[in-house]
Amino acid sequence: MKKYRFLYYLSFMGLLSFGMSSCQKDNFDAPTTKFTGHLVYQGKPIQLKNTGDQTGAVYFELWQPGYGKSGAIDVYLNQDGSFSALLFNGDYRLVIPTSQGPFISLENDQTHSDTIPLSLHGNTNMDIEVLPYYMVDKADFSAGADSVVTVSASISKIIKDNRAKDIESVNLYVNRTSFVDEDNRIAGGTIGGGDITDLTNIKLAAKIPADISGGNIGVADQDYFYARVGVKIAGEDDQIYSEIVKVNLK
Amino acid sequence: MKKIYIIAIAASLWASGCSKDFLTNDPTSILTTDQVFGSKELAFSALADLYKGYVDLQTITNWAGFAAFDEAFPSEAGNYKLVQQTDYPYNSWGLWNYDYIRHINIYIERCKGSKALADEDKERFVAEARFLRAANYFEMVKRMGGVPIITEPLTYDYSGDPSYLQHARAKESEVYDFVLAELDTVQQILPDNASVQDRASKGACLAMQARAALYAASIAKYGATTPSVSLPGGEVGIAASEANKYYEISRNASLALVKSGKYSLYMKKPDDLAENFAALFYDKSNNPEVIFAQNFQLKSGTIQGWTLSNQPRAIAEEAQGGRLNPSLNLALKYETLDNKYKPFVLKNGSDYAYYDQEMDIFKDRDARLAGTFILPGSQFKGKDVDIWAGYYVPDSNKFVTSNVFGGLAQLPDRDYKEKVVGASGPIDGLEFGAQTGFYVRKFMDPATGSGQIGTQSEVWWVRYRYGEVLLNLAEAEFELDNKDSAALFLNMIRKRAGFTKDLTPTEITLDRIIHERRVELAFEGHELFDNKRWRIAHKVWNGDKITITDLEKGIGTATAPNTMPYGLWPYKIYSPGKTNDGKWIYRVVKPSEVTAAHRFQTGNYYSTIDQGIISNNPKIIKNPNQ
Repeated sequence: MKKYRFLYYLSFMGLLSFGMSSCQKDNFDAPTTKFTGHLVYQGKPIQLKNTGDQTGAVYFELWQPGYGKSGAIDVYLNQDGSFSALLFNGDYRLVIPTSQGPFISLENDQTHSDTIPLSLHGNTNMDIEVLPYYMVDKADFSAGADSVVTVSASISKIIKDNRAKDIESVNLYVNRTSFVDEDNRIAGGTIGGGDITDLTNIKLAAKIPADISGGNIGVADQDYFYARVGVKIAGEDDQIYSEIVKVNLK
Repeated sequence: MKKIYIIAIAASLWASGCSKDFLTNDPTSILTTDQVFGSKELAFSALADLYKGYVDLQTITNWAGFAAFDEAFPSEAGNYKLVQQTDYPYNSWGLWNYDYIRHINIYIERCKGSKALADEDKERFVAEARFLRAANYFEMVKRMGGVPIITEPLTYDYSGDPSYLQHARAKESEVYDFVLAELDTVQQILPDNASVQDRASKGACLAMQARAALYAASIAKYGATTPSVSLPGGEVGIAASEANKYYEISRNASLALVKSGKYSLYMKKPDDLAENFAALFYDKSNNPEVIFAQNFQLKSGTIQGWTLSNQPRAIAEEAQGGRLNPSLNLALKYETLDNKYKPFVLKNGSDYAYYDQEMDIFKDRDARLAGTFILPGSQFKGKDVDIWAGYYVPDSNKFVTSNVFGGLAQLPDRDYKEKVVGASGPIDGLEFGAQTGFYVRKFMDPATGSGQIGTQSEVWWVRYRYGEVLLNLAEAEFELDNKDSAALFLNMIRKRAGFTKDLTPTEITLDRIIHERRVELAFEGHELFDNKRWRIAHKVWNGDKITITDLEKGIGTATAPNTMPYGLWPYKIYSPGKTNDGKWIYRVVKPSEVTAAHRFQTGNYYSTIDQGIISNNPKIIKNPNQ
């Protein structure tokens, strides 16, 4: 009987070691190479919509040829224009889909198209230069005692040739948290593109409601908010924004 | 002795086993091609399976589809997400069902090759299959833009090079042309008989042509307003110069149908126009308006649960129902009978407006309101639907209500508890209740048992009907600058809804036509595609939160934002001894589950093509949003 018990023990150990060894063999190491950077125009980061649930946020695609079925790795951009991805070392091609972002991709010197070759060997930080339709040069926020946030903004038109697009509207967005865009806001003000007479002097105002999120919180409970200006360009789904600024009410 | 028996048995088994057909038994679970196309009945069943593959985005077997676009609110916890997400993903509504196209192509090829079928049957079956294929290409082009047109079953030769099977996308206009041409051909073969309603007929071909050509025409005309929604190769977008051609094709198809005199507007119950409008959808016997429908039959396995899903909670035959709650947004669009856009009267100066009966607020409105909605104070299946949100106590300016259906509470100066809320609600956040104050009536089956899980309903899903043809005709005539004729056809529809004063030709605008389609064709699957083809979807669902003032201001404006569903709740007055006691007031509410405002981006006009499809076929051009 003892002998049998020993055999059971042995076979159990055998199974266990088999299981462990198979675990080692089958798996790849997780990717560890960091690819980070910003989307920029002349060194200034492009301010974008918050990534949020990724629906409607701006992304670029990374393609890596040579691995069977082709599919892109989508890298989503944060609201300050930064991005980061963990990848395997290797050669990639980076492309921003034409429908994405309030900007146009620049022609790459090597590929003579909008495709950017990317060779990853160790952590890489790279800024991607693009050509936005507009830039928000300046946005000065101020808050009144009546909980009205006002902004004085200056916008410059970057693309002026036949690819130029009109402004559909300029919008002021205010939110409770430091995530601010057209989806994340508690108050806002807007001016139509046709009503703007001077791009360098746009004034907008938004009154923060007394009750926010169903009365759970109001102006009395929070005396600071975050604000930014967004420019909606006709025919482009994504807006271009100013930097997010904290506004103190008192 | 025993041995001999065993040997004898073994020998006999051996002998019988050796007969010739030992290995060539016919399969008992599958039918061969020859068998299927060897009998009319089997070929017809195979065809029925193709009918089953017909694709609808919104249909009565998927109630939640109607709650995604603010025509209605989803009163079921699992679907609140529909009113809590802002953006529609770019791949929403995508369709690439070439497996279905292949089934049809194989059917056509084999049916044509059959020697056993009579020529007459063969011709009709093939024509029906081609009709279904045209319908599916129409559905694909609506969602994806131009797609490869495949009319033969494709077979791989295992040579290692599949490139000969890779077809490029046709232009968007070419797909419409293909659909129109196919329908031109098969309408010569299909029966010209208005009583053929659940199979393809000449009438169905004309109705589909009228709709498809109208889509192509409006994309050509209004596509100019969204220049970013196009591709240089024409896979998406149609040249503006083509608009008139397509409007004319649409008009001619509609006119042919009208002139044939085979169909007419449903008018069996002229004394009660709201009931008449509701019956148009559930009455299946000699219905002169229905041109093409998906049929259902009780006790046959093909039943539908629309009534089960949406029956008023108070009189439900199961402990569920009430899922689809039409919105106040839609209710506001139904005009008063003097042809005016008028919001419901809620206030009388600073006080509430008081109504003697619960239904009085809806008086003198377009009969289609009560025909499309189950209104508070009305009846369904002969029973009160019991929709009221609670008591209003004017003395203390308080509302008394409960948080369960038909719940009890104590009113001031009473020493007992009584029912203070309807058995259908509305109670905010309580699923299956009328959270907007309304239930849907269109397609609801008044038959007993239609709300039972074990019985359900055989009301059909009307895909094409004469009323829509008249609206298509009015729109085409308007766009071709024949306003007299547009007014004539629009007024035919409006008379049936109870309007006594005709609209004059000068009153006909595109806003008018769009408005008329929205109220007449609500819950029939047109809303999204109509807004897409007029290129106004990105304005209607612009992502901005709306207030009731915005809604009331925008009633007759096609592009007015409609991003969040609102509701209208009735309260009973409790004021013993005073004149207003027992009267009714109404309040506008936004269900608290509605947290997001819908946004349709220009990238939503044509759905993304899945990367897997592009990987398999490099000839496929990406859509503008990719």
